[in-house]
Amino acid sequence: MSAPLLSVEDLRVSFPTPAGRVEVVRGLSFDLGRERLGIVGESGSGKSMTGRAILRLVRAPGQVTAKRMEFEGIEIQSLSERRMHDLRGARISMIMQDPKFSLNPVMTVGRQIAEALQAHERPGRRATRARVLEMLDAVRINEPERVAKMYPHEISGGMGQRVMIAMMLIPRPSLLIADEPTSALDVSVQAQVLDLIDELVRDHGMGLILISHDLNLVSRYCDRIMVMNAGRVVESCAAADLHRAQHPYTRGLLAAVPRMHETRGTLPVLDRSDWSGT
Amino acid sequence: MSAISLQGLDISYGSAKVVEGVSFDVAEGESFALVGESGSGKSTVLKAIAGLAPGWTGEISVLGQPRGHRPGRGFARRCQMVFQDPYGSLHPRKTVDTVLSEPLQVHGLGSRDARVEEMLRAVGLDRRFRFRYPHQLSGGQRQRVAIARALMLEPKVMLLDEPTSALDVSVQAEILNLLKRLRAEQGLTYLMVTHNLPVVGFMCDRMAVMNRGRVVEIAPATALHDGSFADPYSRALYAASGGTAHD
Repeated sequence: MSAPLLSVEDLRVSFPTPAGRVEVVRGLSFDLGRERLGIVGESGSGKSMTGRAILRLVRAPGQVTAKRMEFEGIEIQSLSERRMHDLRGARISMIMQDPKFSLNPVMTVGRQIAEALQAHERPGRRATRARVLEMLDAVRINEPERVAKMYPHEISGGMGQRVMIAMMLIPRPSLLIADEPTSALDVSVQAQVLDLIDELVRDHGMGLILISHDLNLVSRYCDRIMVMNAGRVVESCAAADLHRAQHPYTRGLLAAVPRMHETRGTLPVLDRSDWSGT
Repeated sequence: MSAISLQGLDISYGSAKVVEGVSFDVAEGESFALVGESGSGKSTVLKAIAGLAPGWTGEISVLGQPRGHRPGRGFARRCQMVFQDPYGSLHPRKTVDTVLSEPLQVHGLGSRDARVEEMLRAVGLDRRFRFRYPHQLSGGQRQRVAIARALMLEPKVMLLDEPTSALDVSVQAEILNLLKRLRAEQGLTYLMVTHNLPVVGFMCDRMAVMNRGRVVEIAPATALHDGSFADPYSRALYAASGGTAHD
């Protein structure tokens, strides 16, 4: 493996509650090269907060601490907000869950993608336009010229998510964080969008962190998987070895998914007393 | 007598026709799935049966009685619906107890206290949840309340609109097991809308595949085992869901 793109040691995210601070991410450490890492877990496991913490998007009163959080050798925690602004989007970008809420409804698709580019580079008008159209073409949008002039409400969910991918990849980042990029989409469109992300990540030699609750999906699109429960990584393995997972929580999650060749009368349910002391 | 019978059903929202020429029969005690992508009209079919999409023509009958275009008291006793989002389908200012007692009150049924207790037990909710508000419950617990509410009037037919798609897989397993057990215990008929084919394999006997407002194929759930679908669209949907046709 090449030198790590991202190196995180002892990441903790906490929020204050009337009963004191509650840690939602409790001491997470990992190294990421130019590879595809999947983070899986149920709601509340801290997987999305991990993604947000890397981009320093956890808002007060949330608190993020880490012994080390280095991206391409730069310590992210000590960067000024201004430097962070340069990094976000340009070097690390993030695809959110729902294109309906993440695209600006009163701006055409083309202008939004151009804005993402101009925030980090200063290409001329003609060059910008060419890059936007080229990017729309790369995310397999037919007739990019026509679509660039459309507003988000005029396009479908799958197309919206492709526009979002175009927007996130146009500054050519080296790390992409995708937080449930397809859970708002139909199954038939899901595969197309993930194949597209996969292809672009490979072609550009980027690192990918795919955050999802869907074990099967993550095992199909990642090299390595971390399974999170209650803010901790309970198991980490190569995607190909997921079916050999050891931890009772991972095994429980795998067993709870209905299968296409289903013959079981009842689905096994997680017995949470097995692994959590509390 | 079939539990649900649809004949040449067309459904429109205003001038837009969203469902065209849908016909199928669901036998009593059967669990039948409607599958397809968003916009295929599958939820609209449920809404028309429930009286929530009044712009339809054709024939709908439930347990042998023709349906009108609006919700009705008699109909509510025979057929109930469970919605997709347990966060949106429960009144935020009403306790579980109020939510469950309301149908009994509306229909003038007695021994409410005992019935609420019994129903909470049936859906696997501890009695301490009885006087809580929805925001004090988890997603899975809320969906249990929504299912309990639907069962309060002891209907025979249940319309399930993506009952587990808003839930985590581990919680989904609990709710699917619950629905399966309730169906066996109470002899219910299910008409379930879902986009998740493995869920159909677990829960249902047959399925209708919908695409652009039409039923393209009606297949037994065992088609999911070997991918023996006749229609090209069904096969594409099966492949996109991770199905492999040759094992």
